Amino acid sequence: MSDYLKETPSQTAGPFVHIGLAPGAAGFDIYDQELGGDIAGPNAAGERIRVEGLVIDGIGSPVKDVLLEAWQANAAGVYAHPESAGDVEDGFRGFGRVITDFDTGEWAFDTVKPGPVAGRSGSVQAPHINLWIVARGINVGLNTRIYFEDEVAANAADPVINLIEWEKRRATLLAKRSERDGQVVYRFDVCLQGDNETVFFDI
Amino acid sequence: MTLSPAEFYQRDREWHPPALTTGYKTSVARSPKYSLISLENTVSEITGPRFGHGDIDPLDKDMLHNYAADGQSAIGERIIIHGRVLDENARPVPDTLVEAWQANAGGRYRHKKDMYLAPIDPNFGGCGRTITDADGYYYFRTVKPGAYPWRNWVNSWRPAHIHLSVFGTAFAQRLITQLYFEGDPLIAKCPIVKTLPDPATVEQLTAKLDMNATIPLDTIAYKFDIVLRGRRSTLFENRLEGN
Ligand SMILES: [Fe+3]
Repeated sequence: MSDYLKETPSQTAGPFVHIGLAPGAAGFDIYDQELGGDIAGPNAAGERIRVEGLVIDGIGSPVKDVLLEAWQANAAGVYAHPESAGDVEDGFRGFGRVITDFDTGEWAFDTVKPGPVAGRSGSVQAPHINLWIVARGINVGLNTRIYFEDEVAANAADPVINLIEWEKRRATLLAKRSERDGQVVYRFDVCLQGDNETVFFDI
Repeated sequence: MTLSPAEFYQRDREWHPPALTTGYKTSVARSPKYSLISLENTVSEITGPRFGHGDIDPLDKDMLHNYAADGQSAIGERIIIHGRVLDENARPVPDTLVEAWQANAGGRYRHKKDMYLAPIDPNFGGCGRTITDADGYYYFRTVKPGAYPWRNWVNSWRPAHIHLSVFGTAFAQRLITQLYFEGDPLIAKCPIVKTLPDPATVEQLTAKLDMNATIPLDTIAYKFDIVLRGRRSTLFENRLEGN
């Protein structure tokens, strides 16, 4: 067939991505409702967690103009989408959008910990949050996955983690669990380049 | 038929800019050095967020007015950007969110980090969003953005452009790009445009003047179709289950 179209090529989101996707952060108020501010909603079952981190460049410096998007299943492993079998709680969107702080580069979002989801050929994927990263200097948005370090058995059996040949690189996908003021916090620093370069996926 | 839906065509990475493009200096320290790990689609990739008319306001797509005082409108050349969101199989992608942002007619962004000396237009915000209709059609009203200088080389200028963000139906289709305008001599000089590997990809990002869609005595129109990844049309169940 010759009548296929070519995908529109990507271009960098640039330094002012906030204007379009998070205008409040750019310094002005235009929309009644910004998108991606509440991932799980009030009714979601499961453990409430915060996920936070930095995006670090090849020099070792925090990148301060990043936009990150999260896409995740609920605690039962169901995505808010008709092609995911099952239902999600009322108000569960599974989608989050955050930016890095202009001064520190820190980002964070609050959600529920996702459950394991179906993999290919009857396999099961360990709990994970799909992450998409755009910024000035990133020509095509980067896809990675946040896994949870305490899901030891599930991670060991995860078909995607096991695709990564190097044990050392697998660790870049594991968010580290701690507690702060009674809140469960997972730390997930993304390294764009360098010794601990995060594993990025071509999905 | 199982519940496993058909996969998306692999992204043609040779049609997109590479991560490392030394002419666009910021990419040097922000480009992964290792190869991407290629994944076959799972439910995590073939699903994605969906947005409805409850999420946005009908006025959001009118950048002439969505930030203007009552009775005012943005200053500049009044334009319509319109087209369809299609997939690689040339099928429309209905009900999908398209977001846009841009500089004002003078090339200045309403952003606390933009220090360019061109003035802010008090009646122009610079962002819009809309949802495609049943035929995948979308449009925005806005002003033509101005070119602006940026620090890559000392005398680097961005051609007039509008940033676009599109979702499709799956996280695998997520895309951000930039729209340029037919006939702009700055396109050929831009280090960000030059990250594109093929002249045909520049052509694909160049909106075409569309006289048939203009509003006489009012607004000029440019047409810009957006293509997202398409899916295999046939599901071979045994192939998915048995591979
Ligand atoms: Fe720009």
